[in-house]
Amino acid sequence: MATRTRLRVSPVQSTSHSWALASDTRLITPVVEQIVDMCQAAGFSARHCRLNVPVAVTEALANAMQQGNGGDITRQVTLAVQVSPERLVVEVTDEGSGFELAECERTPDHADWFEREDGRGIFLMRQLMDRVENCCLDAGHLLRLILHRV
Amino acid sequence: MSFSLERTDDVLIVTVDGQLVVTNRQEFKQAILDAVEQGVKLVVADFSTSGYIDSSGLGALVSLSRRLRESGGDLRLVGLNDDLRTLFELTRLDALFPLYATRADALGTR
Repeated sequence: MATRTRLRVSPVQSTSHSWALASDTRLITPVVEQIVDMCQAAGFSARHCRLNVPVAVTEALANAMQQGNGGDITRQVTLAVQVSPERLVVEVTDEGSGFELAECERTPDHADWFEREDGRGIFLMRQLMDRVENCCLDAGHLLRLILHRV
Repeated sequence: MSFSLERTDDVLIVTVDGQLVVTNRQEFKQAILDAVEQGVKLVVADFSTSGYIDSSGLGALVSLSRRLRESGGDLRLVGLNDDLRTLFELTRLDALFPLYATRADALGTR
């Protein structure tokens, strides 16, 4: 008697996309919307698509443009995104000299958390992603965000 | 994102439509600061039709809240969906802003 092997077929293929952006924050929202669409197609949850992904990716791009590239519109940010049914990986590279995540992260335990206007971006990325890591490159700085679908 | 302003005496209701993020937070903040300079004491920001808020948007709200408190006023937030409430809870900013379900609730406790 022949045995049937049941193949588990993933409903969604992995997708990837990359962008090269000028350091202009007006470019952020349209790119974020495309990444959210990729995540929706891969079956990420509504919460991920409405909150975790758009906020964390916006933070990463804004940080690269404003801090890494100093708001210099002629300096470039590159963005590489891989989405699979298992996870989202976002890599943002700027032309800056980089920073230490732990040293730059402010938390609600800091005395001025409820008074100061800036300084919550890294904390938010860490809260909304499963993993946030960075490294300095020969020319520039890379920030990687990872979010597991389940 | 767009927003509309409705002023009655010293009360300003701001309806936020779409995201409050790095690209538009300054315009949002300045419009409210202008109203505060003209005598507004209570600002009710309605997020019923909003998308997400990033750290820049949160920062603008923190800054406006401080400015209003300095002038004896208040900034109250209305209509946050579950995602936005989570955002405020994660950042513990729900301790800074009074969160109300409806505009009537926000206006009723003056």
